[in-house]
Amino acid sequence: MLPTAIPLDYYLILSAVLFVVGVVGVITRRNAIIIFMSIELMLNAVNLSMVAFSAFSGDIAGQMFVFFIMAVAAAEAAVGLAIVLALFRNKQTVYVDEINIMKW
Amino acid sequence: MFTVFAIGAVASAVFTITRKNPVASAMSLVAHFFMLTGLYLTLQAQFVAAVQVLVYAGAIMVLVVFVIMLLNVGREDKHPDSGNLRTTLGVMLAGLLVVLISTAVLARPTGRMDLSPKALEIGTTEAIGQSLFTTYLFPFEAVSLLLLAALIGSVILAKRHVKEG
Repeated sequence: MLPTAIPLDYYLILSAVLFVVGVVGVITRRNAIIIFMSIELMLNAVNLSMVAFSAFSGDIAGQMFVFFIMAVAAAEAAVGLAIVLALFRNKQTVYVDEINIMKW
Repeated sequence: MFTVFAIGAVASAVFTITRKNPVASAMSLVAHFFMLTGLYLTLQAQFVAAVQVLVYAGAIMVLVVFVIMLLNVGREDKHPDSGNLRTTLGVMLAGLLVVLISTAVLARPTGRMDLSPKALEIGTTEAIGQSLFTTYLFPFEAVSLLLLAALIGSVILAKRHVKEG
């Protein structure tokens, strides 16, 4: 017996809302670490919709994709934070609007 | 249960992006990951729920908190020019995006009201492992290579440059 009466559409809309919260974080914040956390929010929103599709259609592919996304996110976290660290060492700041050497 | 976790997930996500203090952001992100774990459990995805706690709330957040500690970044409000125009525009565009996606979803409802009868069996570690080592063997090996590359790359990026010679 599977205890749910929540339609798939609700999960999709929740996923969209969470994704957009992540987008707002990336757009409005200037702290590189918080921007990084917002990217994780977006990845997780997509994972949620994948698991929802997988569970509602009885196909394991969605959950396999989530597994691989998590592996890639872990790799991304390691490299991203190493970049933030290297950036801080060179520029003494984590605020992305102070890092403008590539600006024309 | 869905309502509780959904409200919790949205609230902790909004908390994450609005806190001035990066440590508070990180803590509410951990709460967010636990809310998502609850949502995965309502979808009978036990394995994904366990991995979510282990990988995200465990490994990735430890890394983030470690970097926050290492860099000793303060609160963001010491920083002038908070860019009110950018914030308003960003929130407005985001609202537009949410409306767009929701109308796209609601315009053609999927009509799926209940979980698939197979949902319980595909969410188990056994089923995932079975699939991982047969159908998805090549992506699995590719991911191991990717993780090795990320490991080497992050060590090289983060180490202090020693003058040669």
